[in-house]
Amino acid sequence: MNPQYDQLYQALTKVVGYIYPNEIELNWSILIVLYPYITGLVAGAFILASLERVFNVNALKPTYVIALLTSFAFLLVATMPLIFHLGQPFRAWEIMITPHLTSAMAIFGFVYIWYLMVVLVLEIWFDYRRDLVIWSNESKGVKKWLYKILTLGVYDISPEAVKWDEKLGYIVTVIGIPSAFLLHGYVGFIFGSIKANPWWSTVMMPIIFLFSAMVSGIALVMVIYIVINYIRKQKIDMLCLDTIAKYLFYIIIIDFTMESLDQIHRFYEAGESFEIISLLMSGKLFFTLLIMQIFIGMLIPLLALGFLQFYKPNEKLRRMIYLVTGILVLIGIFFMRWNVVIGGQLFSKSFLGFTSFKLSLIGTEGFLMASIWLVVPFLILAALLWLFPPWKKSPSEH
Amino acid sequence: MAGTLAVSAVLPSFNAVLFAATKPKKGPWYGIAIDIEKCIGCGSCAKTCKIENDVPPEPFFFRSWVEQYTIKKDGSINVVSPNGGIDGFTQKIPDNEIEKTFFVPKMCNHCSKSPCVQVCPVGATFESPEGVVLVDEKYCIGCRYCIQACPYGCRYMHPTKKVVDKCTLCYHRLKKGLNPACMDNCPTKARISGDLNDPDSEISEFIRKKNVYVLKPHLNTGSKLYYNALNQEVR
Repeated sequence: MNPQYDQLYQALTKVVGYIYPNEIELNWSILIVLYPYITGLVAGAFILASLERVFNVNALKPTYVIALLTSFAFLLVATMPLIFHLGQPFRAWEIMITPHLTSAMAIFGFVYIWYLMVVLVLEIWFDYRRDLVIWSNESKGVKKWLYKILTLGVYDISPEAVKWDEKLGYIVTVIGIPSAFLLHGYVGFIFGSIKANPWWSTVMMPIIFLFSAMVSGIALVMVIYIVINYIRKQKIDMLCLDTIAKYLFYIIIIDFTMESLDQIHRFYEAGESFEIISLLMSGKLFFTLLIMQIFIGMLIPLLALGFLQFYKPNEKLRRMIYLVTGILVLIGIFFMRWNVVIGGQLFSKSFLGFTSFKLSLIGTEGFLMASIWLVVPFLILAALLWLFPPWKKSPSEH
Repeated sequence: MAGTLAVSAVLPSFNAVLFAATKPKKGPWYGIAIDIEKCIGCGSCAKTCKIENDVPPEPFFFRSWVEQYTIKKDGSINVVSPNGGIDGFTQKIPDNEIEKTFFVPKMCNHCSKSPCVQVCPVGATFESPEGVVLVDEKYCIGCRYCIQACPYGCRYMHPTKKVVDKCTLCYHRLKKGLNPACMDNCPTKARISGDLNDPDSEISEFIRKKNVYVLKPHLNTGSKLYYNALNQEVR
């Protein structure tokens, strides 16, 4: 039997209550879970970088470039799960060529290109231009030529030229902050604007997505910073790490408040979808929502980081707590995306029943494929760090 | 604030009625009417639809289906649609427990303010000048956003074409002056379709004379599928 039908026949046996017959198939699967997850990491990491650059949080200096490169590495992969998910991936370019302007999704291509080309690439280029010129003189072979090409023929590294790089880079970052907000707030809007689905349709969705993006991006950079220093056997700048953790703590509080507000509002208002959503949360989503997202991904990190705001144990223990907390937060936000995307499709729009979802191991929508899209950005990041090592950069003014 | 300003700038004052009336002034504008009191749950409509439109036979893909609602004496509701009702229904609840039971045929509502048309990122799903919501299968990218946006569960991903498929109101037949296949094959004439712009059409008369209701009216989709005797429990 066709494996797709096989899966659907199995799902059919697990239907609870009544669902519309076309609802047995879950239309947005793990790849669409990854899409907001990855774009969230992009936006969050970028916002952390901006904190240093625009808001002059000097303690964050050691992570500025790492945050930018992380953001860039994940952005390069952000569209891949989307394209692979399409029934007709070769028609993906139609979104850019003939966008349907009433569609929230149609704007993604433009937001993405804007963010990639205008914000990230430009900012990284301005930040690295002087180093590219220096490295192109010092390196040999392919690397030399690569650096040379990347300078785009601008070899002037006089103090005045470097000052211009600084100035223009600053302007790009200032433009970048609303762009990062736009990128992820907009991803939230894709879900939040679907009035057919009460689990998605909330005006809070873009805001929740935005803050959860910041939470995940900051946690990611924190983890990467710890791991990089561990691999390079370098001493971690604890002031930097404490500062990241402090921001992470504050933003988790905001995120937690927003998400709680959304749920409290939903429950207090108790509209027609109230019963089915209560059943969804206490049943199908019990593990992924209450245990993974809220308990593991939010409450434990909140307690751990909160504790560290008042009591500072030795550096080694603190590093360990930050590493574990960061990983827990990343897992929690992954499940947050899961609960939005998958959770929103588990109940019927008839509000009378549930379908089921089982993640398969193989196939384009399988666990392995999804893992690849999560691993690739780290490989890209490793390559970027090798090619543009932040620790070999000449010191910048900002 | 900005939204309020934008809306008030676009809409002429005291013309909120515009929201409800989006009928074009010229040409036919198709709608559907279903008389629940006449439906016997034979499933002919769903079966005919699959044959006429090459809808995959598996029980996960439907352009048209029938639901059986049973409201029990204890107030609980039981809804079933085995294989979309194609094979008919067998009432499994004992008679003495049943308060009332009825069939609700479902299909695309061909909304005039279709959420599916709104969200399609490439404009592959569109409303024809006659008010029929269609999908251009040579253009659809298969993102399935429209499936998510349809409140009535009327769309599905075609398993082999890999594009979204849905009821076309048998557009190929309409263009030849024929009725949709499901309408012609309904033995009790429980479903009719026709021109809402023509005050003398059967459907216009049906809507005028019966107490008709659309599904999920609060979603303001501009549904053009009108039901007679629709129970409030139906969603």
